[in-house]
Amino acid sequence: MANILIIGEHDGKTLNPATLKCVTCARTLAGAKVSIALLGTDTAAVAAQAAAVQGVEKVLRIDRPENQHPLAASFAPQIVALAAAYSHVFGPSTSFGKDLMPRVAALLDAPQVSDLMSIDGAYRFRRPIYAGNAIVTVEADPARKLIATVRVASFEAAAGGGSAAIESVSLEVALPSHTRYVSVRSGATDRPDLQTASKVVSGGRALGSAENFKLLYSFADKIGAAVGASRAAVDAGYARNEMQVGQTGKIISPEMYIAIGISGAIQHLTGIKDARTIVAINKDAEAPIFEVADVGLVGDLFQIMPELERLVGN
Amino acid sequence: MKKIMVCIKRVVDYNVRVRVKPDGSGVMLDGVKMSINPFDEIALEEALRIKERGTNAEVVVVSIGIADTQQQLRTALAMGADRAILVQTDQPVEPLSAARTFLALVNKENPDLVFLGKQAIDDDANQTGQMLAALWGRPQATYASKLELAEGKATVTREVDVGLETIEVDLPAVITVDLRLNEPRYVKLPDIMKAKKKPLDITTFEALGVNLVQGLKNVKTEPPPQRQKGIMVKDVAELVGVLKQKGLI
Repeated sequence: MANILIIGEHDGKTLNPATLKCVTCARTLAGAKVSIALLGTDTAAVAAQAAAVQGVEKVLRIDRPENQHPLAASFAPQIVALAAAYSHVFGPSTSFGKDLMPRVAALLDAPQVSDLMSIDGAYRFRRPIYAGNAIVTVEADPARKLIATVRVASFEAAAGGGSAAIESVSLEVALPSHTRYVSVRSGATDRPDLQTASKVVSGGRALGSAENFKLLYSFADKIGAAVGASRAAVDAGYARNEMQVGQTGKIISPEMYIAIGISGAIQHLTGIKDARTIVAINKDAEAPIFEVADVGLVGDLFQIMPELERLVGN
Repeated sequence: MKKIMVCIKRVVDYNVRVRVKPDGSGVMLDGVKMSINPFDEIALEEALRIKERGTNAEVVVVSIGIADTQQQLRTALAMGADRAILVQTDQPVEPLSAARTFLALVNKENPDLVFLGKQAIDDDANQTGQMLAALWGRPQATYASKLELAEGKATVTREVDVGLETIEVDLPAVITVDLRLNEPRYVKLPDIMKAKKKPLDITTFEALGVNLVQGLKNVKTEPPPQRQKGIMVKDVAELVGVLKQKGLI
């Protein structure tokens, strides 16, 4: 029977919702036992949150001073030590999981399935390739452990109401000193997190400047949305890198995605395919974004946005 | 800085709209334009800039693939790499096998830095660089958007979900690169001529002592589900009406 270990992502205070989606994913495998491992300096608060996730059997706390920052080179050998008791090890397909899990897989001499989008059997999975232009069904060798990153946009967050056992684990693992954390620069705002927001307003190159992006911020704040951007807008310096949505940015699944001045390159569309409703505003009626939009409006965004903001308030 | 290794992959060109074969055995590759994976091109560009900054490091570009992969290696030589190695195979190569193969080359070449793209745009796996670093027992700095080198170490700014993270790694190290690290140069005609004379060695898994173990098997490839075509509205008032009706605002 499958015994799945999920590597929890957190910031020391809050369990990242991506972890809740990994739990949902793991539980689609019938009969799977699900545990969450948390690496940090003091994971008590996060462990309490993880223990309350429905369907989780056990929460493992691995607290040590070296775990202050999630460096793959330090985390991986600890996860390898934990993995002995498990058949599958899952992490979220976030920058945290994408960096870490392949290092774990290689140390375990195990194959990895990236961006797992559905489980068809304990060793049979589906995942997107070619920027989501094809979906491949992959079979893994059941004789080996299976490592995966879970495509978080494909799963709902697991509900609360659980009461898992919390266990502190001390691992005798020597950690390397060759990789050192220096700093992080975050554009953190009061807006909802792009990856988990139910509404997202996104801007493209047509915004024309970082200054004009304020049109989006203002509207987003009015409807309680996160703000994203196309690669072109980020490359042009109109928006920060962490706002990029698409194949190489964030893959998101909000209730509503509003694309403003985004033409809809295939690499962008792959990041928004799972949105429930896509709204597109673009002055080019031929823009590919209208092929996938549920609601489209052709027109000049500089006229539309102020009016939209005004009417939404009524 | 004596030697830099850059691992590149031959992939379907970025601009090609990929189609799934009707029998579900894969995607159509016949007659399709193939290129260096765009992220690997950025990786190579970074290596060349380090070389040209006065370090004069030797840039060795390596790949795994069919005989035609020589085309992409020649392009890399034309961009400015000093020599190339192709591990020739007709087999599909999964990331762990690629990492093992690159490790064998690393052990032969002893580079100070290994660059790769953060992911290949065909399988989108995003694994090989991290796996190579793990097997080599060396640091990894993934999703690099800025790189500074000092004696025996590198300071790397990484594109992560919350913003930009900076880490410091001892060399040798594996660095996987993101889009905004640099803009690769265009190849000029005289460089293409010169590249023809540069060494391109062809080797095999057997010669490198690499044993391929298949851990993953692609059993079926399907097109993705299509979204239903939506409606067009004529003005903002109608748009707001539709969104209100859907309960979205």
